[in-house]
Amino acid sequence: MAISNTTLAGPPPGGPSERWRFLGGTRGVDTIAWLVTLVAALSVLFVTVWLVVELWRHSTLPRQAFGFRFLLDSVWDPVFGHFGALPFVYGTLVTSAVAMLIAVPLGVGAAIFLAELAPRGFSDALTFLVELLAAVPSVVLGLVGIFVVVPWVRTSFGPVLKDLFGFTPLFQGPIYGVGFLTSGLVLAIMVLPFIVSISREVLLSVPVDLREGALALGATKWEATWKVVVPTAGTGILGSIFLGLARALGETMAVSMVIGGTPQIAASLFAPGYSIASVIADQFSEATGDLFRQSLIELGLVLFGITLLLHAVARALVHFTTRKARGAA
Amino acid sequence: MNRLTWRKTVNTVMSGVTALCALVAVAPLLFVLGLLVVKGASSLNWAFFTKLPVPVGETGGGIANAIAGSGQLLLLAALFGVPLGVLGGIYLSEFGGWGVPFFVRYAADLLVTVPSIVIGIFAYAVVVLPVGHFSALAGGFALGVMLLPIVVTNTEQFLRTVPVWLREGSLALGAGHWKTIVSVVIPGALQGILTGILLALARVAGETAPLIFTAFNNAYWNRGLNQPISSLPYMIWIYGLSAYDDWHRQAWAAALVLLGFVLLVNVVSRLVLARGMAARRAA
Amino acid sequence: MTSPAAAKAKVTENPNPQTTQGVAREVARELAPVRTEAGIKIRARDVNFYYGPKQVLNQVSMDVRERKITALIGPSGCGKTTFLRILNRMYETVKQARAEGEVKLDEESIFGIALPYLRRRVGMVFQKPNPFPKSIFDNVAYGPRVHGIASGAKLTELVEQSLRGAALWDEVKDSLHKSAFSLSGGQQQRLSIARALAIDPEVLLLDEPCSALDPISTAKIEELLFNIEERCTVVIVTHNMAQAARVADYTGFFLMGRLVEFNDTKTIFTTPAKKETEDYITGRFG
Repeated sequence: MAISNTTLAGPPPGGPSERWRFLGGTRGVDTIAWLVTLVAALSVLFVTVWLVVELWRHSTLPRQAFGFRFLLDSVWDPVFGHFGALPFVYGTLVTSAVAMLIAVPLGVGAAIFLAELAPRGFSDALTFLVELLAAVPSVVLGLVGIFVVVPWVRTSFGPVLKDLFGFTPLFQGPIYGVGFLTSGLVLAIMVLPFIVSISREVLLSVPVDLREGALALGATKWEATWKVVVPTAGTGILGSIFLGLARALGETMAVSMVIGGTPQIAASLFAPGYSIASVIADQFSEATGDLFRQSLIELGLVLFGITLLLHAVARALVHFTTRKARGAA
Repeated sequence: MNRLTWRKTVNTVMSGVTALCALVAVAPLLFVLGLLVVKGASSLNWAFFTKLPVPVGETGGGIANAIAGSGQLLLLAALFGVPLGVLGGIYLSEFGGWGVPFFVRYAADLLVTVPSIVIGIFAYAVVVLPVGHFSALAGGFALGVMLLPIVVTNTEQFLRTVPVWLREGSLALGAGHWKTIVSVVIPGALQGILTGILLALARVAGETAPLIFTAFNNAYWNRGLNQPISSLPYMIWIYGLSAYDDWHRQAWAAALVLLGFVLLVNVVSRLVLARGMAARRAA
Repeated sequence: MTSPAAAKAKVTENPNPQTTQGVAREVARELAPVRTEAGIKIRARDVNFYYGPKQVLNQVSMDVRERKITALIGPSGCGKTTFLRILNRMYETVKQARAEGEVKLDEESIFGIALPYLRRRVGMVFQKPNPFPKSIFDNVAYGPRVHGIASGAKLTELVEQSLRGAALWDEVKDSLHKSAFSLSGGQQQRLSIARALAIDPEVLLLDEPCSALDPISTAKIEELLFNIEERCTVVIVTHNMAQAARVADYTGFFLMGRLVEFNDTKTIFTTPAKKETEDYITGRFG
């Protein structure tokens, strides 16, 4: 029954040199594999650094010409070679703010429902649909924006807002349909799935005994959720909001299609404007002259800087809470 | 109203409000899908998929070149992003220690968040400027840069689901590290890795921003990697912003095609993944 | 396989036979009632083991007899599995793990033998059956393919012999190309044994191989251990004292990282020298 030597191709290599060759072979393959995969992994790091270097390298002209005033100057005049980024920074911030004002309460509310209140199967199905919304290409949402949201804001939603809040500077002036408000609405739809899906995950990571503790003390389901679970998950939810914000600030196509393409700073949300990403998309391929194009690239650098900052904060927040929750569990 | 009734009322009302939030969060998807079907489905026919665009004023014409262009761009992106991404993911999961993986993971996570328009500028600076004109290569590179961090992260995550005892079983038989990875670890995670790649491709397939000043556009059949190339998202953008009703009609139809593709890939791969997870849990 | 001639050759290869034989005599005195003459396959001396700052093995010395079954028993966390994982250097997969001391396989330090070769000579079967996501055939053929031992018809024959060796052949001979996951838990564990046997190891380490199995599967595995014993040295970790008593020629009792007592199984279970051993085998703790 024992396996006899004859069935084997040969006994383990005998002499030291032969043995070494055999082992050296495997170790050599492992070393090569380690090296090759290491290089591949480093390529991610390399591309990221390279990206920053290229953006920096190709935006020296406006930095020399305008310095920090670039960010504070409100005039963007390609014809006279005068470039100030303020209208775009303003447009980016305003549209993102509108988006977050709509998406945060909606998203967190939906996440609470999906994580805490809905039956698990139903919740999974709805979450699946919400996450599919994140997969919708932004140009498709832009198309819906032009042909549906813009006319709706112009003829229905805008006039209603004007009637209700027309006394504030935010809702005055002619309603074009395109503009900050419409961009904010479209952005809200794009940001929503991020907030819902990440917040839900953070809420689900809150240990069950916390919930049960509150319920055992006689709290209603809503009280247990709102006073115990949500505060525990608070920082993580904040992280999801920051990630959503990062996406809103950088969103290009949908915004460029509904924002109106006017580099101006206007108090009214009905007014057309411009955002950093959308002006790059609109003007880059027609940018004549190095200063013009490099100014657009510098806008890209600004956008990258904002993303870097938001991303770091968001990651720290999400990391902090999930670890805390895990530690408590 | 006494205090208990009040608390119960709050409970009911807030459950209703949050449920409403959830419904509002789901509504846009259903609305967009329905709208595209209503506006676009009637324009879908054989010619639409097989013909080139025709000048404004003529009827007919299709988006064949845009579909082919998107396919070529995705292929280029995959050639750049998939091998590097998979190998990098293998490093993070199988060889990684403390230092390098931390920075690589952070960079990958950041790169996913970087606005796609910025990736477009990067590809412009790296490929278009030196060559002097727009090209399919530049567009493919831009999409590949977007693909890379997604594939790295996905691959690492799926490799990590392969249990340690499988690796030990192979190592205990005297198999080397790489041999173990190739013949035991990767087969155990292959389904996940492939679906992850598919999902990543579906995601970049809808990107327009990184293509505007890299791949640009082309109204004819694509004439080579060194030339501008059309793509589905770009075409939707141009047609949607145009002033012609017929182009609008085609934009809707093209959007339906793009969304259909993206959603199909998403639904199928998520179902496959969910089934794989369930099978693993049962085993 | 180590033939007597090869064993002799190994002794003459030893640079310092005098000392080794001296030690061997000393050990032979220590282990007085030996049932049969048997060479020493693995010689561990003063082994210390650390996970980071935590010491989990303390000055463990043991001689594992050739072609005998040695059982390692003790309460969980006593270091018996750790000791087993040192013998084929499996502990090296864990970062921050560190072993000190001397472990020799046929007079050659295992730390000097490169890993693939060491693990070919010292096979291992784990607590949990761990078939690869491949067919039954490919599972068994994995090792031989890795080491380039056999291919084609020879490989088929080797797979059959290994499966027979693990008493699994009759149950799977018609379904060799089915997934290994289609087997029951007990069958999967015997498949793991067959897989380990296919590279013809000199030593087979088993880490609580029956802990996840039902009594019938356990009996089958115990039975096949007697067959395996004819051709290789077996070291088995078990938490089941009855199992150790049934299958082992020698038994070592571990407690809190120390090898408290090591002797032939009969002595350990009838007249243990140490009080801790007696307490443990009579079930007073652990």
